[in-house]
Amino acid sequence: MNGSLYLWLIPLLPFAGFLLNGVFGRRFPKWLATTIGLAAPLVSFAVAVNAARGLLGFAPAYASLPYVETCPVGWINVGALHVGFSFVLDQLSMVMLLVVTGVGLLIHIYSVGYMHDDPGYARYFSFLNLFLFFMTTLVLAGNALLMFIGWEGVGLASYLLIGFWFYKPSAANAGKKAFLVNRIGDFGFLIGLFLILANFGTLSFSGVAAKLATSPAWHGGVLTAIALFLLLGATGKSAQLPLYIWLPDAMEGPTPVSALIHAATMVTAGVYMIARTHFLFDRSPFALGVVAIVGAATAFFAATMGLVQNDIKRVLAYSTISQLGYMFLGCGVAAYSAAIFHLMTHAFFKGLLFLAAGAVIHALGGEQDMRKMGGLWKKMPVTFATMTAAVLAICGIFPFAGFFSKDAILYAAYLNNGVGGKILWGVGLVTALLTSLYMFRLWYMTFLGEPRSEAAHHSHATPNSMLAPMVILGVLSLCGGWIGMERFGGFLAPAAGAMPTAHGSEHLEIILSIVAVLVALEGWLIADKYYRRKPERPAQLAAAVPGCYKTLTHKYYVDEFYGAICVKPLLAVSEYVLDWIVDVAILGGAAWLLAGIATFVGAILQRWQSGNLRSYAAWLAAAAAAALLFILVPWAAAWPASIHFIFRTAGR
Amino acid sequence: MQAINQSILTLILLVPLAGAILVAIAPDRVKLPNWIALATTLFTFLLTLHLPAHFVLGQSGFQFEINHPWIEDPAIYYHVGVDGLSLWLVVLTGLLAPVGVLASWNAIKERRKIFYSLFLVQQTAMLGVFVSLDLMLYYGFWELSLVPMAILIAMYGRKDGPKAALKFFLFTFIPSAPLLVAILWLYARTGSFDFATLRLLIAQGSLPAGALFWAALAFLAAFAVKVPVFPLHGWLADTYKEAPVALAMVVAGKLGLYSMLRFHVGLFPAQAREMAPLLIALAVIGVLYGGCLALVQRDFWRLIAFAAVSQLSLIVLAIYGLTFTGWNGGVYQILSDGVAEGAVFLLLGTLYDHYATSQISAYGGLAAKLPRVTGFFVLTSLTMVGLPMLSGFVGEFTILSSTFTGVSRGWAITATLGVILSAAYMLWLVQRVFYGPESALASSQPAGDLRFRELSVLVPLAVLMLVMGVAPSLWFTTIQTGVHPPQVRDFAHDRPNVLTLPSIEPNASAREGQR
Repeated sequence: MNGSLYLWLIPLLPFAGFLLNGVFGRRFPKWLATTIGLAAPLVSFAVAVNAARGLLGFAPAYASLPYVETCPVGWINVGALHVGFSFVLDQLSMVMLLVVTGVGLLIHIYSVGYMHDDPGYARYFSFLNLFLFFMTTLVLAGNALLMFIGWEGVGLASYLLIGFWFYKPSAANAGKKAFLVNRIGDFGFLIGLFLILANFGTLSFSGVAAKLATSPAWHGGVLTAIALFLLLGATGKSAQLPLYIWLPDAMEGPTPVSALIHAATMVTAGVYMIARTHFLFDRSPFALGVVAIVGAATAFFAATMGLVQNDIKRVLAYSTISQLGYMFLGCGVAAYSAAIFHLMTHAFFKGLLFLAAGAVIHALGGEQDMRKMGGLWKKMPVTFATMTAAVLAICGIFPFAGFFSKDAILYAAYLNNGVGGKILWGVGLVTALLTSLYMFRLWYMTFLGEPRSEAAHHSHATPNSMLAPMVILGVLSLCGGWIGMERFGGFLAPAAGAMPTAHGSEHLEIILSIVAVLVALEGWLIADKYYRRKPERPAQLAAAVPGCYKTLTHKYYVDEFYGAICVKPLLAVSEYVLDWIVDVAILGGAAWLLAGIATFVGAILQRWQSGNLRSYAAWLAAAAAAALLFILVPWAAAWPASIHFIFRTAGR
Repeated sequence: MQAINQSILTLILLVPLAGAILVAIAPDRVKLPNWIALATTLFTFLLTLHLPAHFVLGQSGFQFEINHPWIEDPAIYYHVGVDGLSLWLVVLTGLLAPVGVLASWNAIKERRKIFYSLFLVQQTAMLGVFVSLDLMLYYGFWELSLVPMAILIAMYGRKDGPKAALKFFLFTFIPSAPLLVAILWLYARTGSFDFATLRLLIAQGSLPAGALFWAALAFLAAFAVKVPVFPLHGWLADTYKEAPVALAMVVAGKLGLYSMLRFHVGLFPAQAREMAPLLIALAVIGVLYGGCLALVQRDFWRLIAFAAVSQLSLIVLAIYGLTFTGWNGGVYQILSDGVAEGAVFLLLGTLYDHYATSQISAYGGLAAKLPRVTGFFVLTSLTMVGLPMLSGFVGEFTILSSTFTGVSRGWAITATLGVILSAAYMLWLVQRVFYGPESALASSQPAGDLRFRELSVLVPLAVLMLVMGVAPSLWFTTIQTGVHPPQVRDFAHDRPNVLTLPSIEPNASAREGQR
């Protein structure tokens, strides 16, 4: 039985939802906009589950992996370039697809309550559906250019949703910044595509993998270049060093958007892309090393910045960057399936953290400052319970989901070659301590203690449409990792490569796990001491090391650095050098000089013709005469040679 | 059907001319000139659609050809025809004409008869440029396309219309004089103005190479100013700022670019190839230069002008990269650019009509009041930015990738930096005009969102942007059958250099330097 799985429905239904709500949404009644907005992800999720059931053998298997669906009409077919629309379902894309459509569906449902009173309700759902369209395209793409469609497209959806409240200058700015920083990454992705095309003659993932398989000795060289350019793309999308700066600002968007796009799915696209092209990265130990270092460094630096934020969403934003750093670390030590495992559990607990934070913000009437919260556990018990599960999961406490996936990454890093691996593992461990510290800080400041503002005293109730997705994600944050790395890695191995943990031992793994959990508990203890027992201590500490504190709150001055090094010089050179000097003074001056000469010649000719000619004809005649002279005068023949010389030397 | 096929191009050329005469003799009452012009342009557009509908794919060379002797001595023929390269440009010109009429509907309030008749004459001239296969005929249309343009800018321009018209006039007329001289010289040596004959003679080497170089240079100069290629873009910003919207949307780009394809590279392939390195360099500089200048403009017409310099330079890169893939991508990008420019001018034109300023800083926060304008403008901006699934990406990717694989990695990477700049200037423009808090200007006027007149044009343009982004094969199949010079068709580097053996590239930099 070789029935179709109708994969193409998965992206196209949300696209239809986008068009309907986007074009007619303002005229739709609210129930219709909601129905359309929810139907699209619901059916997409159902189709994805159906496909997974078939392929996993729960239903009679009617296809085998990798399962490919190709549109009979190609996309770009011109000259040497042939790119088609082909969707590939293998173990990797199946996991990612279920995460994207599943978490996506939950967050769509949550949004119904969260955005209920917003005047742009239909527009919101149309953008959310648009995001799902591009994200599923990215996941299912069978070739790199199709993936690039999704890649740029999710950037567009992110731009539109960050700037959803466009009348706020900060939101409009943040949206633009996100798109531009991502564009820098996309530039790298594009060059990577060109290099793949130039060296493999195809952009399809299977084609490149097959060509690589025929030359097993081929390492490094141009493959390193490809991998590094792709990595630049990934650092943009996944907010890694040096391009992470857009993600904290992206918190200007509605909170469900932060949950879906800027935590659970879109920002993990870089990890997914590296896993998808792992056969290229595998051939370049240097590029892998860079990936690992970028990941570990990002994880650590983002965690330190997360320590001093007071905006609840910004803490979560830095934590997202940090957790993505873990995933990059996993990719960098060639443990792609561990990275994907963490991607999955992270989608559960980080999505939940944002949804719970959204519930808190919603209940407090828009308040995001944790210093004005406190004592909410009594008023919002469900939110408190689910948030606790998520916090325990992100800290890697056994048996919550994050424990299993983070552990797998750290274990793989530890086993990675020699001292380098131990250092990476050490950085990961310190980051785990920081993670636990800032997460419990958030937990204490938000839910425990006494209410510290009017809003916190009189919080509103949270609608059930918001609570239900949180509960589901809470359960997943608890049990999402119980499948275990071994089975998960075994399942993913055909698509994402085997785990590089062959020379490890079970003892070592258990010892490292215990160390990691102890470190996380230590973080909890420190948070407990500072934010419950001695709440005056953090301020004292900040006062004791003002320089350090200031550097952290200013995010290591990276934004300022980019502003001073890139943006301002570019604008200044464009304005003063290019516009004023080159364009106006030099080119404009030359033009008017020529015009003056022409007018002069025209005037003479006009007099000579006793003024009968119109000036247009005079100029024409003058120029024609000049050119004729040029050609007819015999020695003109000597000129081409010298001009040839100029042309030949120019442009080299 | 045969009879229609044999006269369709003549019809396409004559209908706008007839409309122009009708406008001129009909009374200027109750917008009668507008309606006549609209009917004429719509009818012309329908006629142009006949071409792709009856284009025979398998047949190479020119189709719908008409070749009649016109003047015996000098031997000028009325020789017209279209191939894959020019086919869609004719249709695009036909499409943009009603767009232009609707964009001028309320903006032109006085002397409508002169405006619309000259507009229609201009239409004939542009169509003529795309279909002429006789060089003298071509030159006639080329000059004819410049005259009404200059007059219209001077008469109907904004504050500094006459000054901009003078600049346009000087920049474009002066280089067309050497073009005429070069055409006459070719005739003097061969006794023919016929494109195919001349192409053959030049390819056979029956003309002196040194003089041919000069002739090619004269052709190039005229075209490069019209495109415009950096550093000859001096006229563009003023023209965009002052010209009526209907003319600004067609003044740059396609005429010059098509002429480069057909009459520079097409007629003098060997000479064009020698000049290619310089033009590639100028094109890449133009991409970045235009992008940088667009970033710092304070007037949105000028911003769009420098954006156009940047985007058109990319097409110049495609043309002089001389790869088959790049050429077809370049033609596609001309189409995409034409559609996007049409939309952008229409939208900014409605803003200008309503708020009477093009200072970006006066705007702000329009999105809440004008959701439709905002939606269409964002979509158009994304097309110009080259977002995948919209028309701009297809050409951009094709051009850049073919430059990378077939021409030069260094130039390709440098040109690719333009994608960052384009996003920066367009999104910043969107932000300053539409987002943020409502400006004093925006709140001083009642909302004037798009009405049926504008929507009837913008919806098809928007659909076109999307369809051209998703199904470019609809166009590429015909574009690829175009008459390509052998230098383009047989270019060895066009196909990617597929490796079968492990190869570390010690001489990668050497390969970069080759072209």
